[in-house]
Amino acid sequence: MASVKFNEEMCKGCGLCVTFCPKQILRMAPVRINAKGYHPAECIDLEKCIGCASCARMCPDVVITVER
Amino acid sequence: MAKVLMKGNEAIAEAAILAGCRFFFGYPITPQNQIPEYMSKRMPKVGGCFLQAESEVSAINMVYGAAGAGARVMTSSSSPGISLKQEGISYAVGAELPLVVVNMVRGGPGLGSIQPAQSDYFQATRGGGHGDYRLICFAPANVQEAVDLMGKAFDLADQYRNPVMMLGDGMLGQIMEPVEMPQPRKEALPAKKWAAGQPGRSERAIINSLYIDPAACEEHNNDLTKKYKVIEENEVMVENIDTEGADIIVVAYGTMARVCMRAAREAKEKLGLKVGIVRPITVWPYPYKAVYEAAVQPSVKAVVSIEMSCGQMVDDVRIAVNGAKPVSFYGRTGGVVPTVKDILNYLSGIKEGK
Amino acid sequence: MAVVFQKTSMLTDAPFHYCPGCTHGIIHRLVAEVLDELGVGETAIGVAPVGCAVFAYNYFNCDMMEAAHGRAPACATGAKRVHPDKVVFTYQGDGDLASIGAAEIVHAAARGEKITTIFVNNAIYGMTGGQMAPTSLPGQITTTSPYGRNTEVCGFPVNMSEMLSQLNGPAYIERVSVHDVKNVVRAKQAIKKAFQAQIDGKGFSMVEVLSTCPTNWGMTPQEALKWLEENMIPQFPLGVYKEV
Repeated sequence: MASVKFNEEMCKGCGLCVTFCPKQILRMAPVRINAKGYHPAECIDLEKCIGCASCARMCPDVVITVER
Repeated sequence: MAKVLMKGNEAIAEAAILAGCRFFFGYPITPQNQIPEYMSKRMPKVGGCFLQAESEVSAINMVYGAAGAGARVMTSSSSPGISLKQEGISYAVGAELPLVVVNMVRGGPGLGSIQPAQSDYFQATRGGGHGDYRLICFAPANVQEAVDLMGKAFDLADQYRNPVMMLGDGMLGQIMEPVEMPQPRKEALPAKKWAAGQPGRSERAIINSLYIDPAACEEHNNDLTKKYKVIEENEVMVENIDTEGADIIVVAYGTMARVCMRAAREAKEKLGLKVGIVRPITVWPYPYKAVYEAAVQPSVKAVVSIEMSCGQMVDDVRIAVNGAKPVSFYGRTGGVVPTVKDILNYLSGIKEGK
Repeated sequence: MAVVFQKTSMLTDAPFHYCPGCTHGIIHRLVAEVLDELGVGETAIGVAPVGCAVFAYNYFNCDMMEAAHGRAPACATGAKRVHPDKVVFTYQGDGDLASIGAAEIVHAAARGEKITTIFVNNAIYGMTGGQMAPTSLPGQITTTSPYGRNTEVCGFPVNMSEMLSQLNGPAYIERVSVHDVKNVVRAKQAIKKAFQAQIDGKGFSMVEVLSTCPTNWGMTPQEALKWLEENMIPQFPLGVYKEV
């Protein structure tokens, strides 16, 4: 059981978290945009999250908090 | 305290230490080398830091870092080196850092000569680097005055959070004169809560000259300008020598003023000419009022700016006199100091209406 | 549940101004975390460069100074001499450190100045719009080398870590990269070692971090990481260059 939270307003939509997620459970929100005008990252299958924090470590904007 | 015979450069260095300066960053250049040399000897003895930098550029940026960290700090150089320091001085002004820069001016432009000159006047009094700013700029005429002004230079730098320049020349730096050194500063240096690494502060310190928003940058400039207005109102220093009822007013500063004082005495004896001297001690803020008041006396026929340059301060004299009396210029440059005879020749020419 | 990863308090709440996918943000985070973990964050003094990281003083939650272009090591020297008990660091890009500030970094290193330099090498001038840097690769297209860096005309990239490691003053020099998770973790270890060398009074320390510039390289963030790995690492091999 793990949780990954995004401080969405800080996200610039670069997608590095998506690229580096070993479980491939992240994506850029297809429709929603944040105040900066980016499609923020989101988790589509939290059940599969192993809390490895790879996403957070590659995020250049320190958007992600991970719990396990 | 008894007088001691000291070289200008060494006396200035010692006066800085007595004023509580404990950090010196410099780079060798003639004719100011005795300042860093003296500092390298003395600083370790008083628990201070002397560091010879890899360049003048680096030295002034070390001064910037030390000033930003709250230290009483200085550097010294001579004309070509001062040009290199202008970058750091401009940044220090922008970040409102107190520091003292000594310039023992030599002939220019370029590598110029190593003999005394006053050809850095524009650079010293108009800011020197990029941006709208001024430095408080002292122009002592002898070693005692330089020594007496050192403490004041540091104090004003702290008070206004602005760099202060001591504008000497190769003569002032190299001459040996009897001088009475001041007592070492006893009171604690002023607290600098705005500086980096200081205790007892709620917010973190940011030492910075970048204001990316033009409106903010303008506001910052307006604040600096207000500060300069206060300095102009409060910090002008000038000496009037026999100006009352004079026929001719000579305006001269620093080493040049000393030669002019002798020339004025001889002018009276040999030419029957009453020459009064206005000697700016601060060249910024400039003593416009003193120059004007001396010039507009009914007795005064002419005003002369005498300089070791091709004519720089004469612009300020013209601003001060504002057309009320004829203003002319005499000077020699490149490291040549006008002699008493040179000056007498020029003054007699004025007397004869040439 | 326990927190595995959260933003360190050594970073302020100000959002980074960096372009999407620029790895400056990762490097900022690593430095801030290390300062925090070493317990020196409260009293550290950082010096920001001129270049993309010019606003670093907005992000590191400690006393900060903004230096003139290339002069951060001189500025840090002044601060360190005043506060020898405090951790002082510079954060500089390749234009700032390896070009205009080459003299300042060489002599700070030669003096064994007890400061730590984080050198972010992305082989380009980012802030000014993608001009050729001292570390641009042979053949690399930039706005001032539009036909590719011609080594006949403008010479070769400068390998700062190798150069500085020849001096006696440095105590720790390592080159790392942030192109994947494993390397990000290694980069943090290197940064920690570098700061520890300063804390131990051993001398000058520097970590050169290979970084991306997706915007000026004209790539996606993902392509940029790949380009870094395939092109920059052969020119700038990773590893420890000096450890005293």
